[in-house]
Parts: sequence; structure tokens; C-alpha cells
Amino acid sequence: MKKNLKTQALIIGGGATGTGVARDLSLRGVKCILVEKNDINAGASGANHGLLHSGARYVSNDPESAKECRDENRLLKHMAPDCIEETGGLFVAVEGDNEKFIADFQGFCDSSGLFCRPMDVAEARAAEPALSDKIIAAYAVEDASVDPFKLVLENITDAQKLGCKFLRHLKVIAFHQKGGRIESVDLIEKITRERVSIEADIIVNATGAWAGQVAALAGAAISLIYSKGTLLITHSRITQRVINRLRPPGDADILVPGGTVSIIGTTSLRMESLDEITPTIAEVDRIVAEGACMMPVLETARYIRAYSGVRPLLGGGGKGDDRSVTRGFDLVDHARDGIDNFITITGGKLTTFRLMAEKTSDMVCSRLGVSAPCLTRRIPLISSHETRWAVPGFSPKSWFSAHERDDLLLCECEMVPQSAIEEIVGYFDIFNKQADLKGIGKRSRIGKGSCQGNFCSLRIAAYLYDRDHLRSDQGASEIRSFINERWKGQRCLLWDTPVIQAELQEAMHCGFFSLELCPDASLHSQKETK
Amino acid sequence: MTPIPKTKARLTIIGTGMAGMAGMAAACFASANHIDTVQVGVNSGMIYSSGFLDLMGVHPVESGKVWDNPWDAIEQLISDAPNHPYARLSRSDIRAAMDQFMAFLSAAERPYVADKNQNTEVITPVGTVKPTYAVPRSMWAGAKALKEKQSCLIVDFWGLKAFSAKQIADMLTPRWPAIRYLRVSFPAVGPSADLYPEHMARSLEIESNRIALADAIRPDLGDAMALGLPAILGIYKPREVREHLEELLGVAVFEIPTIPPSVPGTRLKEALDKRLVAGGIRMFAQKRVVTAEVQKNGSFVLSVGDRATGDVEHIIESDGVILAGGRFLGMGLHAGRKAIREPLFDLPVFQPPDRALWHQTNFFDPRGHGINQAGLEIDALFRPTDLAGRPVYDTLFAAGSILAHQDWMRQKCGAGLAIATAYGAVKAFQKML
Repeated sequence: MKKNLKTQALIIGGGATGTGVARDLSLRGVKCILVEKNDINAGASGANHGLLHSGARYVSNDPESAKECRDENRLLKHMAPDCIEETGGLFVAVEGDNEKFIADFQGFCDSSGLFCRPMDVAEARAAEPALSDKIIAAYAVEDASVDPFKLVLENITDAQKLGCKFLRHLKVIAFHQKGGRIESVDLIEKITRERVSIEADIIVNATGAWAGQVAALAGAAISLIYSKGTLLITHSRITQRVINRLRPPGDADILVPGGTVSIIGTTSLRMESLDEITPTIAEVDRIVAEGACMMPVLETARYIRAYSGVRPLLGGGGKGDDRSVTRGFDLVDHARDGIDNFITITGGKLTTFRLMAEKTSDMVCSRLGVSAPCLTRRIPLISSHETRWAVPGFSPKSWFSAHERDDLLLCECEMVPQSAIEEIVGYFDIFNKQADLKGIGKRSRIGKGSCQGNFCSLRIAAYLYDRDHLRSDQGASEIRSFINERWKGQRCLLWDTPVIQAELQEAMHCGFFSLELCPDASLHSQKETK
Repeated sequence: MTPIPKTKARLTIIGTGMAGMAGMAAACFASANHIDTVQVGVNSGMIYSSGFLDLMGVHPVESGKVWDNPWDAIEQLISDAPNHPYARLSRSDIRAAMDQFMAFLSAAERPYVADKNQNTEVITPVGTVKPTYAVPRSMWAGAKALKEKQSCLIVDFWGLKAFSAKQIADMLTPRWPAIRYLRVSFPAVGPSADLYPEHMARSLEIESNRIALADAIRPDLGDAMALGLPAILGIYKPREVREHLEELLGVAVFEIPTIPPSVPGTRLKEALDKRLVAGGIRMFAQKRVVTAEVQKNGSFVLSVGDRATGDVEHIIESDGVILAGGRFLGMGLHAGRKAIREPLFDLPVFQPPDRALWHQTNFFDPRGHGINQAGLEIDALFRPTDLAGRPVYDTLFAAGSILAHQDWMRQKCGAGLAIATAYGAVKAFQKML
């Protein structure tokens, strides 16, 4: 049976922009539904540095973006303080880097109105001992780190509290149009294959790199360049500040600390398709080698995860480095394509997500005749109760301070109890009777500890069966898909100790449980990419 | 300073996992003219064992073809993959190795059951089934119940994680409609405790706890002919625990292994250690070989030291050595960022030419991971060979998963590979004496 829903605004895409639009519109009193074909942060919003740009990265080649970053950086530090760590940042050049670029940097920052303070090399190395002794120049800037998962979880949770519906695992398959308007949108549930139809006054396409594909379903054109970037997470924190390489943007030139880890990246690789976005060994080796120029310790550091995202860049298919393409965003009113109630927002970057959401919501409101002003500049995003399990360190603190006598730790690495799992499952939407391990993983720390899901996936799957959240043979594909998701981030980093853990994991999940023999249509064998 | 004590031995087996243990069994117990052998090794991989003894279950792995008859599977494998370690053995040798090791296990009071020419389907804790060759006596009734689709009750416990009777029943119901599930409190603990299989197993060695357990299950037994429990039925006296429960409840009782480290693995390791000690075997437990040197006469000088510090505590002079230290977990091999090495003798290691070929992008890729083909290549006498195919040393052997050209996890041949190649290596050394 097909379900039918109605709303004022339908937002497609559960990344930073989509959830930002959901919160912005909800604050203005607009009824919305947000649909996402996977789960929050499945695209670039969940696969970036977590860098709140000061703007200095863009001063030389994209001053407009630099200024947007500058303003949003300062605003978000007040509006989302719980998601941001005010680390400060450095731009450093090493021997051999372009002297002219170094000489021009301060002037570029000044002309964009960015804070930039030259530092003595010795002072910089004293502040950040991991820096190479081959540093020849250093500048302090206002970079900060932002937790993109917390940011997006807080946005959508706040929107939900204001009445927005968030439906995961729903993929748009068709737009029904009549008289230059989209009357309804057909969607399909990823697991149950259930069909859903949603009628909305206006539809926002906030699907990032997928914006072209979604727009095409409505017969509208969005031209994007797909630029793949790969990043590595170190086992421990390397520096206190964000460290940028003082040169035109290149591979592995930004290191961003966040909590107890650091993230080094990225690469930039033009992709023709969005089908297989996973890190490669060559990218990992390149990042390690380049990163080590600024911080030699990166050569021998232990890495815990590699991941890749796709930057949706605007514009035609120009040649050259995709990093020279504008990092600005594009807000498209598809009235230009003869569709009156369809808007696409894409491009941009995490730092400017709020601004993108504001501009989009302004357009939505003007169409709906809503005059309420944007409130995301005024009402801060406060940590909500519902998102606390995703915060590193919360679970152990909570467990040690108090827990019910019959509660059990299902994830022993990160100390996530079954009561937390039960609570998180309760947040899942009505179309998703089956609890998914990946969804729980987005909202807690499971799978992120040293076992990388090897053991906790089994304990949690057993618990979900006991509670009737999993039935029949769903558990086998749940465990497989969760382990495989963790695997994507591990496979390029398997040497020394991690290769031992991978062997134990395979001995258990394949040798013993024989899960590789379970039929699973969603896991086709993939060709090795080299 | 006291001099470092020295020991002389004919044969030294490095490794305390399945291959190391099978090597010890073959060298010390199997024949009248047993070899004077010592064993060195740190934590045994056996504690991660499910307890099943796989021989050969899946070939080719790409197609996931499951074989009923392991011997037919081995024959096909050898013809398709002549580099596989099984190809170094005759079928009768493999059979003799399995028989011999199972006899050794029986003598150690850990009897196994196998259908001679047939694999058995067994239940795993996630509710899947896998093909194996021999199963501990304590699990046999489960294999039988599954095969005959007997009316069966699976029981789990409040507080025991990663073992859900409902999950197992749900997963198996399509092929086994007469399977039911039940959760009870474990005797002598409330519903509030976090339970661990080893503690539970020790607890059930006390008679009153077995009576209490039977009392808790009895009202829900219904028409069940078989009762499945997690593998917690005793550590030292598993037969007594199981038979007492069968007597109390009047049904066949069987164990389903829990996730590692599990009781069946611990049980196996402890019983085998006990058997070796009783046989007067010299073991350097929780020690590792720190360095190895080859003498002019071809014998080996091994320095044995503390597992953590590597401080040398003992010197072994040995005519022959069997490397049975497993792969990465067992430390028989080491994977660095650039290459895979054999750390003790720096033997040539067969491996994919590039790290990019070590692992597939899909963990469950049916083709398996390239890194699992890596390992030591051997000659017909189980001696690691150099690039020209000649043995590196006359009396240095290798056995078990350290060997190249096999994927024991996907082929379901781990125990058989360990047991048969250890047997082959010991036999090859014996011939040289």
C-alpha cells in the first residue's frame, strides 16, 4: 500500500544544507518534510575536514568565498558554539614553496578583511612542536574545527522539535508535474521497498553532488563537476591548531584537529560518476608523503580511518585543477526550466552551509508568501538531549556516573549501553520499522572504537533481535552492511596492528559465521580500483 | 650473572595454535619412535576457535560452492589450484592426519564426531550455518537436530551478550520450522549481571546450578527433542555437565559456540596443554623465539625470551624447526606499509606485488582478499623455498596458515590445513632422521 503525505516544503537531502534549510524554515513556521535516501551526512557533509574556514584558504583565488567564510566563521562561533572548537589556525610554508605566494599572502588577507598575523618561525614551532624544522614562514588565522556530524544532528533534531518530519532511506524516483508545477513526488523506501508519495507546495533539492541527478528527474539541468577528496584520521591529535600549507591549494595541505584526533587531507580527483567513492591506496600514500612535509610525524603516525567525499563544484567542464573552480554556491530557481515550485541549492562548503540555507529559505518563503525573517543568525543551536550519544566521551562519562543495574554495555570500546541503543532506535522514523546498525552508528559511537565494529555489531544485532527491531534474516545483511561501511575506511590503512585486527575480523565474520556466503543483493562484488 | 640455560632438542615447533598443537601431537604421540620436541609460543590462537574442525567446505570461493564431501572438494581444489598446501599431501595422509589428531583429542578427553566422508552443517551464534568436518561431541546433537529438523528449543540468558536465541531461531526458521527460543535467568545470578561464558561454564560444573538451570527450562520444553544452549557447559568436565542436563530434562542437549574468545576454544587449549604436560613435553609457554641462527651443521640455535621485553631466558639447540606461528595475528608474518615479511628467518614471502592488491573494497567479496594468498611457499617436504624453488634450509619446515596460496577462512579449511600440513612437516622431518 502506498503512503501519502502532504507538506508545505519538501527538502531532499540530509546533509548540512538540507538540514540547515529544514531548521531555517521550521524556525520561520514553515511545515516541512526532509527526505534522505541514506541517512544524515551520507555525502560530502560527512566526508570533509570538519574545518570552519577563516577564509584565508581562498584569498588568492576566490575572494568572494573568502569573505563569505570570514563572516560565517565569526557568526557560527556564536550560533553553534557546542559544535565548534576554537582552535585557531596557522598557514605555514616549507622550504621550496612558492616565495611569491608567501609574500602576497598577507596582502590578500588584508584586502578581503581577514585577520592574519605573521608569526616568527620559532614561535610557530614552539606553539606547534609537530611542525617541520623546514618551515620558512607562518601566519596565524581564525580557522576553527567544527564537528559536521554534531552540527547536522543538532540542526535536524531542532527542526524535528519544531515540527519538521525527517524520513531516512527514502529515495526520490519520480516527480509528477502538471501545468509547470511538481504536484507530487514519488519515493521508495530503501529496505522495505515501500512506496511513498509526497505532495508539497515547494520542493528543495539540496542533494549536493547528486543535485544534477535529482534535477534531471524533474527534467531540469544542473551542471556540476565531481571532485573527489580523500582524507585520513590519525589515531591521536597531532596539533592544537588547524595547519594549512601556505601555497596554492594542493594535496594534503590541511590538517584539522578535532577532539582526540586530527584529519589530514585532501586529494582532488575529477570523477565522472558518483558510484564508487572510496579511498585508494595511492591517495593514502600520497597524503602521508605530502602531509609529512609539514608534519614529519605523519610519516609514522597510526591512522584509524580513511574516507572520501565528493565536492559538488559549479560550472562547466573546464580543464585544470578543480581547486581553482569557485567554492561559491548556486541557488537555482527552476522557473528557468519551466518548473515553478522547484529549487536547487548546491556547491558551497560546510563553512557556508547556514548562509546557503538562509538564501534558500528566503526564496522558499517568498514563493510561499511567508514573510517571517531568518532566525538562524539570532537563535543559537544548543546541544540537544537526543544527540548526546554521538558526542565522543559522553558514553563512558554517563556509564561511570550512573546506570541501571540490568543495563549492559553493547559497545565495550566506546561504552555504549543497550539503553542508549533502545533510545536511539526510538528516534527512527515511522517508515523504518527495521533498526539499522549504520543508523545507530550515525547517532552514537558504536563501531568507532578499537574493534571497528567487529564485536559491537554482533552484540547490538543480538539485542535488536531480542527487542524485535530485527526479524527473520535481516541480521545477516545488517551485520554485513555495517562491517562493510567500517571496512571502506579501514582497507587502505591496513598495515602493522590494523592488519592483525582485520585478520581477526575476517576469521570471525567469514571463517566462523560464513557471512560471505549469505546472499545479499545489495553487495555486489566490486572491481579493485588501483 | 648466571649463564642462560640451554636445551637440546631434535625438533622445535614455533607456535601454539592449531598447527603447533597438531605438530606436537604428530611428533610426540603418534608413533612409537616419537621425536624429542619442544614447543615455543605466546597466546594460542585456539582461544579464538569456534571448536569446529573444518577440513574443506567451499571451492571455488568466487562461486561460494559448498561441498558435502570434503574429500571430493580437496580433489577438485588440488586439480584447480596445484599450489594449495593440500596439494603437498596425499589424500590418505590428510585422512591419517585428521584421524590421528582426533584420536589425540579423544585421549585428551575432548572427543570429536565426524561423518567420515561428509561435511556437517553447524549453527553459528549469528544464526547462520556453515559447513565443517568434525564437531565437538557437545555440539553434535545440534548438527543432527538441524539436519533432521527436529523439534528444538534454543535457550539464552539475561545478561549474556551477543547470543540471542531469538536471532538464531529467526534466522533458521525458514529451513527449520520446529525451532523455538527461550530466555531464562542464569542460576545463582540475578537478571542484573553481565555474564561471561567462561564464568558460566565454571558455574555449571556445580551440580546444584545444573539442577536450577534444568528447572528453569523444563516448563517451556514442550515437545522439544533437542535443547540448544550457548557453549557454556563446563570447562573441565563438559561431558558430565551435558549428560547431567540430558538426564534431568530427558532431551538431547547441545552447545552452540559463542563469539570469540569462546569456551570451546579455551577448553581445547587447556586439555591439549594438559595432555602435553602429562606426556612430559617441554613447553616454553608465553615465550617467543627472539632470534634464530643456523649452524654450519645445519642445526638451529634459537634464543627464547619474554613475550614483551624480548629478554633472552633460554637457548634451544634444535636439529629441525617447524614454523607454525600463523599469519598476522599469530605473528608468523608481519605486514608493514610496504611489504609482508617473515620476521624470524626473513624468508621470502609470496605476496601481491602492491599493497593496493591486499584487500578488496568489499570486505565480503566472494573472491577473497589478495593478502590471504600471501605466505611461505614450500617444497614437497614442507620446507620454505627461495625464489628458485629450492629449500632455504634443509630442516626448516612450515605448517598451517603461514603457508601461501590458501584462503582458509573462505575455503573453510583452517583446522584441516593446520593439522594436515603439521602432520606432513613432522613426517618429512622424521624421514630425514
